[in-house]
Amino acid sequence: MKLLKQFGIILLVSFIGEVLHEVLPLPVPASIYGIILMFAALTTHVIPLEAVSTAGKYLIEIMAVMFIPAAAGLIVSWDMIRAYWVQYLVLMVVSTVVVMVVSASVTQFVIRKGGRKS
Amino acid sequence: MNEFLAGSTFFGVLFTLLAYYAGVLLKKKLKHPLCNPILIAILLVIAFLIVFDVDYETYNAGAKYLSYFLTPATVCLAIPLYEQIRLLKDNWKAIIAGILSGVLTSILVVFAFSLLFGFDHAQYVTFLPKSITTAIGMGVVEELGGYVSIAVAVIILTGVVGNVLGETVFSVFRITEPVARGIGLGTSAHAIGTARAMELGEVEGAMSSLSIVTAGLITVILAPMFAGLL
Repeated sequence: MKLLKQFGIILLVSFIGEVLHEVLPLPVPASIYGIILMFAALTTHVIPLEAVSTAGKYLIEIMAVMFIPAAAGLIVSWDMIRAYWVQYLVLMVVSTVVVMVVSASVTQFVIRKGGRKS
Repeated sequence: MNEFLAGSTFFGVLFTLLAYYAGVLLKKKLKHPLCNPILIAILLVIAFLIVFDVDYETYNAGAKYLSYFLTPATVCLAIPLYEQIRLLKDNWKAIIAGILSGVLTSILVVFAFSLLFGFDHAQYVTFLPKSITTAIGMGVVEELGGYVSIAVAVIILTGVVGNVLGETVFSVFRITEPVARGIGLGTSAHAIGTARAMELGEVEGAMSSLSIVTAGLITVILAPMFAGLL
């Protein structure tokens, strides 16, 4: 029962996220409203950590698998990509690495400059 | 094959799990960073669909139930973030600086490469939100007049690239701070990078989760301002 209740709470927050997505005229998806709501509910203790943490951590642990079906959908859009696939691949790999290096280096630089260790 | 599998509810999920498990085993055995379970699973699924001439829709009729859990799982990313709230308060300047510089870099690199490769406006805006989470990215591309179906593929593959290359990049560029590693993975490779960050550690995972939300929202604001450049 415990896990079912936790999953129920997580689905409730996801559902409120969906409602906000429908009602508010912003390009923000349900999952982002949901994560903000869940964070707010945890910090204000409206939802105690123990009420969601077991099911929540399990969902996070298996999250990687959830992307596989959508990624395999590449096979459907391949015809649109084919003509430019080399350029697209180069842009994708280079920009991902550059963004990762810049954001991580800037963060590390500011942390160390502040003399604070994480 | 197609007709037989079309009648099956469980095949899509089962094959996806088996493909992922094969990836996990291969990673254990070879210990090479390119042996990434997600990457291997995607390739195995695509290879299977091609070799046995199975429609993607047939596979996805079952496999879509895995995608169903994505929104609740994303919502749960707030949990590790809450557990690391102390770290967030202590390092907020570094975190904001890191994410903002990452989003701007992403936009500028996409612009530079679009010029270099001679992309038109639609191609350029398709890549603008490539580093943010799929659902926000799709909305941005649609609004700016890009190709939504290409954008979905680009965003997901960007996540896979970040997931695969993250550790190598961190060792080459000497990124040792867990907070910085998390920000790097989340800002460049959204939720799929975050899946990797979770494996590196709780701090990395929490900071990567924070980056998904922050980078996503900043991109929603900045992308339209840069869309007119090309």
